[in-house]
Parts: sequence; C-alpha cells; structure tokens
Amino acid sequence: MSDHHAPGAAAAQEEHEEHEHPSWKQYKWVALILLVITVVEVWVYYTPFAKSPYFNPFLITMSAVKFGIVVQMYMHLKYDHKLFRALFFGPLLIAMFTVTALLFLFHQLPPLF
Amino acid sequence: MATAVTHEAHEAHDTHEHVHYTSTGLDNRKVAIWAFIGSECMLFASLISTYLIYKGRSRVGPLPHEIWTSPSGQIFQPILNIPVTSASTFVLLMSSLVMVLALAAVENRGKPGYVGTLLGNSKFWLAATALMGATFLGFQAYEFTSFVHEGLTIKTNLFGSSFFTLTGFHGAHVTAGVLWLLTLLAIDIKRGLTPKDAILVDICALYWHFVDVVWIAIFTLVYLIK
Amino acid sequence: MATTAAAPKFQPVNTDGSYGESGFWSWMTTVDHKRIGTLYLYTALFFFIVGGIEAGIMRWQLALPNSHVVSAQMYNQLFTMHGTTMVFLAIMPLSAAFFNYLIPLQIGARDVAFPRLNAFSYWVYLLGGLFISIPILFKTAPDAGWFGYAPLTTPQFSGGLNIDFWVIGLQILGISSLAAAFNFITTIINLRAPGMTLMRMPMFTWMSFVVQFLLILAFPAITIALVFLLFDRFFGTQFYEIASGADPLLWQHLFWVFGHPEVYILILPAFGLVSEILPTFSKKPLFGYNVMVYSGIMIGVLGFGVWAHHMFAVGMGAVADSIFSLVTMLIGIPTGVKIFNWIATMWAGEIRFTAAMKFAIGLIALFTIGGISGVMHSSPPADTQQTDTYFVVAHFHYVLFGGSIMGILGGIYYYFPKMTGRYMSEKLGTWHFWLTFIAMNLTFFPMHFSGLLGMPRRVYTYDAGQGWEKFNLASSLGTALLIFATSLFVINFLWSRKNGAKAPNDAWGAATLEWSIPSPPPDYNFAQIPIVTSRSPLWDLKHPEMTAGIAHSSPDAMTITDSHAVPMHEETEYKTAKELGIPMPFPTIKPFFAALGIIVMFSGLIFIHLDKFAIAMAITIGGAVLLVGSLYAWLTSPLE
Ligand SMILES: [Cu+2]
Repeated sequence: MSDHHAPGAAAAQEEHEEHEHPSWKQYKWVALILLVITVVEVWVYYTPFAKSPYFNPFLITMSAVKFGIVVQMYMHLKYDHKLFRALFFGPLLIAMFTVTALLFLFHQLPPLF
Repeated sequence: MATAVTHEAHEAHDTHEHVHYTSTGLDNRKVAIWAFIGSECMLFASLISTYLIYKGRSRVGPLPHEIWTSPSGQIFQPILNIPVTSASTFVLLMSSLVMVLALAAVENRGKPGYVGTLLGNSKFWLAATALMGATFLGFQAYEFTSFVHEGLTIKTNLFGSSFFTLTGFHGAHVTAGVLWLLTLLAIDIKRGLTPKDAILVDICALYWHFVDVVWIAIFTLVYLIK
Repeated sequence: MATTAAAPKFQPVNTDGSYGESGFWSWMTTVDHKRIGTLYLYTALFFFIVGGIEAGIMRWQLALPNSHVVSAQMYNQLFTMHGTTMVFLAIMPLSAAFFNYLIPLQIGARDVAFPRLNAFSYWVYLLGGLFISIPILFKTAPDAGWFGYAPLTTPQFSGGLNIDFWVIGLQILGISSLAAAFNFITTIINLRAPGMTLMRMPMFTWMSFVVQFLLILAFPAITIALVFLLFDRFFGTQFYEIASGADPLLWQHLFWVFGHPEVYILILPAFGLVSEILPTFSKKPLFGYNVMVYSGIMIGVLGFGVWAHHMFAVGMGAVADSIFSLVTMLIGIPTGVKIFNWIATMWAGEIRFTAAMKFAIGLIALFTIGGISGVMHSSPPADTQQTDTYFVVAHFHYVLFGGSIMGILGGIYYYFPKMTGRYMSEKLGTWHFWLTFIAMNLTFFPMHFSGLLGMPRRVYTYDAGQGWEKFNLASSLGTALLIFATSLFVINFLWSRKNGAKAPNDAWGAATLEWSIPSPPPDYNFAQIPIVTSRSPLWDLKHPEMTAGIAHSSPDAMTITDSHAVPMHEETEYKTAKELGIPMPFPTIKPFFAALGIIVMFSGLIFIHLDKFAIAMAITIGGAVLLVGSLYAWLTSPLE
C-alpha cells in the first residue's frame, strides 16, 4: 500500500523535483531566526516597553512571523502542492476569523466603534 | 508531451507491484493529514478564544500576570514562570529543526553527504526529536506541579480551568507526537526507513511542526501578552 | 441490450475466500464502502423511526390542552432526544449513507481512500448512537434540549446522569463524523477517475465535498464546548460556573459556531441529491452547473459568519446584531440561486414524475417556505418576537423535514435500484409522497400560527383559551398521518428489496458514472476505470445528440492520466475481483474493536459521577488499551 509513487504522477513529480526541500543551510538559518525572535519577545517582556499599548500588537506580530516561517519552511508549504496550502490556509482563515469575532463579541478587543 | 507522460506512467507501473493511482499524484495520507491539521486549527482556535475571553475574569487568585491578594490578605506574585517556559519553548522550537533533519535523513538515504554521516543518521534525529518532546513535557509537568503547590488547580478559578485545559490539550498533542516518533524510531531500528518510507516521516513531521506552531501562538497569547 | 437486461442477482464477490460472502461476520468485518453505506442507511433509518416515535409521543401529549400522556420529566427527555436523534443519528448518517455509497461511484473510484477508517466511522456512529439512545428506556435520557445550553447543563442544575450521556454521546459521535470527513476529503481530492476534473464532478459529490469541510471546521468547536462541559461535570472546572465569573454565553457561542454550519451539513447533501434527480427526470443537464458549485461553496463559507443569529435575544448590542443579521440575509442569495437553477433545470424539460422526482420538487417547494421564514428571523426585531416560539419550530422543520428529509427520501427512491438491483414500488411511492406532503404541511404549517400567538417551544402542556388548541390539534393529526405515510415507505422499502421490478444498470437514463456499472455494483465497482470527458459521460455515450450542443469543461491541471483507464463505457459483465486481478482490501474486525475501545473508554466517565472512581479508572484504561491496541494492529497490518 505504498502509494506515494502513483503511475502517471510524472508531472506532479517533476514539479516536486523543481522545488527541492530547503537544505540544512536554510533550516539552520530558520532555526536561528526563530530563536532570535523568541529571545527578543522574552526580553521585551521585561523592558518598560511591556507597558506600552504597542506591546501586545508587537508580540502578536512577532509570533505570527514565527508561525509563518515554521509553516512555510519546516512544513515546506512554500515548496509543496498548492492544494496543501489551500487545505491549511482556508481553515486557518476561518479559525482566525472565529477567534476575532468571539473576542469582539465578548468585548475583549479594543472598541472599534 | 502527453504521450511521454503516459509512457513514463506505464514504466512506473511495471516497476512497482502495488501502485495506487491518485488523481493529483499526491499521497492520500498527506492530503488527510493536512485536512486534519486544518481541523485542528479550529480546535485550538476554540480553546484559545475561551482562554482569552476568560482573561481577567477570575474572581480569586492565583492570577497569571497580576499581583493578587488571598482572602487572608496575603499578597502573591503573578504565577506564570516566564524563564522556565521560555526554556521549554526553546526546546520545542529546536525540536522542529531536528525533525526536519530526521525527514531529510530518510529522504536522502544513500545520497552523498548522507552516508555514514550524522546528517544521514535518521535514528539519531528521530530519537532526538522524541527526546526534546519528552523534555518539553517534563517542563510542563514541572510547571503544572509547581502551580498546584502554589494553589492553582484546574478547579481553582477561570484562569486555572482555561489554562490547564488549553496547555493540557497541547501537552496531549505533544504526547501523541512523541509516541508517533517512537513508533517511527522502532520501525527504523527494525527494518530501516528508506526514501520510500519518507511519507511516513513526512506526515509525522507535519503534525509535529503544527504542534510546535500552536505552541508559538500559546506562548505569546498565554504567557507574554498582558 | 444493456438497458433491458435483467440485473444479475446480487453476489458479493470475495477475493481470497478468507471470509464469508454474506452473513453476520462479513458485515462486522466489511471495509467495502457500499456495504458500509448500506449499514449507515439501515441504522439511520432505524434511528429516524426512533426519533419519529419520540415526536409522535410529544404530539400526542400536546394534542389537547392540559393533558398528561407522559410526565413533564419524560417530555423533556423526549424533545431532547427527538432533536438529538434526528440531527445526529438520522439525518447526518442518512447523508453519510449516500456519501459512502455514492461518492466513490460518482467519481469513478474503487473505494474510499481509507476503507478501514470508513468502517471505524460507522462503528463509532452505531455504538455512540446506542450509547446516547438507550438511556431513555430507563428514563435517564438527556433532558436539556438538543443544544444543551450551559449553565443549565452544569451539575448545579442538571445533577443526574442524563446530561452525562448527552455530553459523552455527542463527543463520541463527533469522532465518527470527523474521521469520515477526513476520509471523504481525501477520496474526492485523490481518487477521481482520469478526466474527472473538479468541475466535472456530479453535484452530489460537490455538495458532499463542501459538507466535509463544514464538518472538519464545525465539529472542533462543539468538541471543545463539550470538553469544557465534561470537565465541569466530572472534574470540577469552572467554565460554565457563573458564580466564578464564567460567562453564560460562552456555551451558546461555541455551540452555534458549530450549530449553524451544522444546518448546512444537514441540508447540502439533500441539495446534492436533488441536483442529481432533477436533470435525470427532466432529461436536461443541470442548469448553471458552475453557479451551483460556487453557490454551494458560498453557503459553506458564509455559514461560518452567521452563528450569532441564534442569539439575537441575548442582547449582543446593535453592532453585532446588525452584522450577523446582514450576513444571514446575504446567505439567502446563494440559496435562492440554487432554487432558481433547479426550476430552470426543469424548465422546458421532458419531465417524468417518478416518486423520486416528486420528492425533489417537494423539497424545492417546502424548503423555499422554510427559507423565507428563515429570512424573517434573520432580522433581530422580528427574531426577538419569534425566538423560542413554535414559529421557529415551524421554520426549522420546513428546512429539515421539508428540505433534508424530502431530499433524502427522493435520493432513496432514486438510488434504490442502484443499491439493490430493483425498483421501489412507484405506486406506493406516490402515495407516500402525497401523504407525506400533506401531513408535513398539516403538522408544521399551523406551528407558524401557534408560534406567532406566543406558544413557547419545549412547553410540556398549555392551558385552553389562548387560541392554540386548534393549531396544536392540527399538528398532532398531521403527525399521525406522517407516521402512517412513513410506514408505507418502510413497507415499500422492505418489500421492494426482494420483490421490486428488476432494474438495469442505468435505471433511469441518468448521466453520471454510477449508472454505467451493474446494479448492485460489484465489490470493485469499476472493472475498468473510465476516462471521463464531460459532466454527463453516460449521456455522451448513449445520447450524443442530447449533449452535442454543450460546451464541455476543459481538463484541470490537478487531474492526471492513468495508463490503465479506458474510454467511457458501460459495464454489463459481472466478474469477480479475483478473475479481474483487482486487489481488494482485506475484511477486518480491527476498526470495530477500535470503535468499541472508544466507547468503553468514554463510558468509564459515567462511573466517576456514581462515585466509583476505581471502576471508572479500570474501565477507561481498559478502553484506552483496547483502542490503542486495535489501532496499532490495524495500522501495522496491510490493507490489501
Ligand atoms: Cu443558523
């Protein structure tokens, strides 16, 4: 039942070959970037900036960047079939919409109106 | 072009004994795991929403970010231990790096640079990933028990209920991932994973990274944001 | 020749002789999507009858003012179980029966992507269904309404075991739906025959595809809501404990985040079935295929942005009310598009009024009424008047009975010849349709009036002199007639299996792939996988003049060619899989044991509530061991 080399998958395989998975070199850099962002996040937590109204948006942006990097590089979504992107980002969008709407409904977001 | 494709396909079929045709050329299991991950987004979205909705609504302490006073008038510090959790976050983040190396080792078995080197030692990388997952779980166990000692259980207040449930759900996912990794490790030891088995490691890796990604969100939203 | 030849007798074909051809064991171990579909169909029809009996008792109780047919406590259990049964144990699994049976046949596949997971889904559904249904026999059934609002369902207000069965039962059923959804998503994406591009898929498969995404995105929300409730009930958490600062709306929001998409989970498969029936009996391709697809997707996506329209009465504020009201009204557009496209499909067609066609047209008429009353309470001011009255009950029965059930019944009449090789009696079917149509309106139309006159839903009884008597009596008489009509259907169904007129491959002159193979289909479905070149491959083959003028969709990049596929053809020969050299999945009992493990594991929780902690632990751990053991055994043994 090893069905990963389907007959006639030539076209798909070609595409696969084109976008080789990123190499060790890239992985290393990805790990370093993730590490640096995390260190900055924790460091900022202990600085006076933590009291600023921009603190939360800053942290959310940083974690979104980390999220994106892991998904695109480690989960190789950037290099994979577009179908997988649809299968992930579609549900993710609906999930994020739901979180936002719920926070709005429970008055946990800064007022919009 | 079209004929060439068909020709190649014929050959591919003759050389493999049990080949399954798929209309996209993608592996069934990989499609399914991505659909599963999509579904998990919504699962954690519901958990995280609840945590955030209940943030600041607990009527009694302990509290995550605020100094709180017990009914007897004692004053306590915020309960979250940022340095410890930063360390466990670091371990989980790095486990993702180790995981991609495990996949690369299996995918590139026999290729130059992977034979006889550490980079090609899939058993090492799989074991290391599982170990780092277990380490993360160890940190979580330490965190949970110290919270209980400080008087925060799942029953104490809304923060306790939503915190333990959210992080507990994540911990359960890590546990499942560790078991999955150990199963792969056992297969690798028993018969050796070949590039043909890369898909097995690939879907496990996707799951593992997703669990990592969820932690990235939890770490920021639960531990750092005030 | 092919169209007149009698269908061969049903001979389940086995590949290696290691299992019986029929009999109890072969059904326990089956991984064949058609057999699993059949199991779903029978089980769901059984639960449909159970839910109907519950409704019958309720209408008996409400027929006259101040009656005491059952106790008030029993009445609470009846309406809770009626809703729960119809939604989770009847309509969803009836749809699942069609997903199972039809999706592989419609896309030209030999089975689903994960046959054993498919069996697992069924067993979880069956055992979970029994788990949640049996307590009513001991008067301890769930009694807080089908949407089990917390805090009402927290231990403080519902201390007994009743709600425990509901929480755990729904959790179990969710596992079944999710597992099936991953399976069908993969099947539809990956197992389409060569040339079966996404935009050539039959409309039923398309609507099912949308539904699977609704399932994987809606069920996690209720899963989490149920986990919170379960923890509150068993482990003392505070999620719904108002005294601790919990929000009484948390459950409502989480539940309806699931609940509204659930409505489309219930209706879209029926829409899909109708979209198969109408073209066949109008002898015209479906009008506006692309628009039908897009409107289905549109309904699915918008369905995640309207949930709070169930909560206008709680006072969310003008902004939230306006947004949810607007999006709700917006969703009427794609739904209306579908209605008009169906009408346009029939327009100037050569219509044959078979029983299936009558039910399909019935759906269009009745769903439209339900849709209109739905748009009425999408407006918050109107809704605050109608919330929790019989007006709402009338509305959702028009969409669920008039929509889902009518569509599914039409689907059963339509696909019965494919499943059994025999037609159902058209004469009884016509009686069934007209009686159902009349009875349905007699039952549910008066509820609009009793509702507008202020009759609240879920009341045990009512006083005379409020103007509700005649409407309630009409509803109850309608229910009696409905039960009679349904028994005609059951008789027809059971009788026709053995005695119906024999049906050929293509029982109705339809256009899609499932009609090109024998009825009932052999276990491998297609001896040779056909290459699909249009949306109506069988009409291209048999009535080229009909489809000559239709522009065919161009192939999409996602479908690649299989060297073993052959041009579109009709299969009339009936060989075994072995003779054809087609590898078939082994039958296996492991999915059953995995499902059993889940049920046992969850049942342990009940004993926590009975303060028998040691027994609870023993049962839960035993179940978990059974589950993990069966899973490992299953995953390490080869499929075929
Ligand atoms: Cu709704």
